[in-house]
Amino acid sequence: MKKVWAIIRKDIITELRTKELLTSMLTFSLLVTVIFSFAFGFSTGLVRLAIPAMLWITFTFAGVLGLSRSFALEKEGNAVLGLLLTPTDRSLIYFGKMISNAVFVFIVGLIIVPMFVLFFNLDFLGTLLPLIPVMFLGSLGFVSVGTLFSAMAVNTRLREVLLPILLFPIIIPLIVSAVKLSGLVLEGKPLSDGASALQLLVAFDIIFIAACAVVFEYVIEES
Amino acid sequence: MRKALAVITFVLMAASVYAAFVYAPTEPKMGHIQRIFYIHMGTVWVATAAFILVFVSSIMYLWKGTRKWDILAYCSAEIGVLFLTITILTGSIWAKPVWGTWWTWDPQLTTTFILWILYIVYLVLRSSAGSDAKKAKFAAVFGIIAFIDLPLVYASVRVMRGISPVVFGPGGGGIAPQMMHALLINLAACSLLFVLLLKERMDLERMGDELMALKTREG
Repeated sequence: MKKVWAIIRKDIITELRTKELLTSMLTFSLLVTVIFSFAFGFSTGLVRLAIPAMLWITFTFAGVLGLSRSFALEKEGNAVLGLLLTPTDRSLIYFGKMISNAVFVFIVGLIIVPMFVLFFNLDFLGTLLPLIPVMFLGSLGFVSVGTLFSAMAVNTRLREVLLPILLFPIIIPLIVSAVKLSGLVLEGKPLSDGASALQLLVAFDIIFIAACAVVFEYVIEES
Repeated sequence: MRKALAVITFVLMAASVYAAFVYAPTEPKMGHIQRIFYIHMGTVWVATAAFILVFVSSIMYLWKGTRKWDILAYCSAEIGVLFLTITILTGSIWAKPVWGTWWTWDPQLTTTFILWILYIVYLVLRSSAGSDAKKAKFAAVFGIIAFIDLPLVYASVRVMRGISPVVFGPGGGGIAPQMMHALLINLAACSLLFVLLLKERMDLERMGDELMALKTREG
């Protein structure tokens, strides 16, 4: 537990000093939101239906941006070698990286939602509060696979380009259930109306955190 | 051995074409277009078997670390993608006159489509992963994750569409015995073709390995 915490602390301190991850993810999501509003021509009727999908598209793209830096940073100056040399189980490295990624992605999600509330004139508390658990579960599932693939992608020829190609087909169940749940929230219905989607989301998180922690030791390596 | 296999496969393929086009009776509602279903079922069966094989040999590769499991996973994935492409194409050709559309996003089709994309990504990953042992490990990891993802994909599409009854297969439950025979012959022919292709492809891969070894030895 202490070792996991050490990795999380290291990542958070790096981020607090450089601020490059959060800044780039947030700027990017702001731009995507603006592009979406222009693309829909400000016709509120049309936009309302598309908001859940837009929210998660923005989230996914911004998240990939952050994830692709996650292991690229470790590769710089071969810092990953230091991680590997620590006498610890490889899956602990996975949990450390995964949790710190989850923190960043979750923060970005928490900022995207109010941004959408603001731009698309939604009900503030009624939307924000029930979306927090959905955003949390979504972030968790997203980084569970994302961290694994990020470690893989930096070691391939295509580098960061490969990450979304690997990640997007896998996270389809996650996005589908998250969009479904967000849609319910925006219609003012309780989350319990989408019990099957919620179950799916939780199942996705559990299955992939477990599976990725097991296979992680095969993908991490020094360059 | 190989020649015998090739000859038997050829004969069975010819028999399956005969069975599908001549021996099996014409389906009363759909007409001749239903005959494409025999090859459709044959290829989808092979694709399914191939992807299960990718999953199993990926696990075996990570566990044992021997190159033969990696070769098996890779070749199986390649042939699986080929057969699934045929499945999707024949399905579309069938769906156009019968359903009136080339494609619809029903759970089965959507899952198949995502399955197809997942294993294309698998091949992309292989071609991009650089040096050999690394490439093999990454691919094995992706092969496992992709396979685990499939039931979730299927569940998610059902969640998205609202749960719909699964209607699939020619004429639902009862089909004529000749149709059943034709189907079985097709399944057998496709399976043999798969074994033959897999064997050839794996030999090719092994020869590539040998050549590489020779090249490095001779400088």
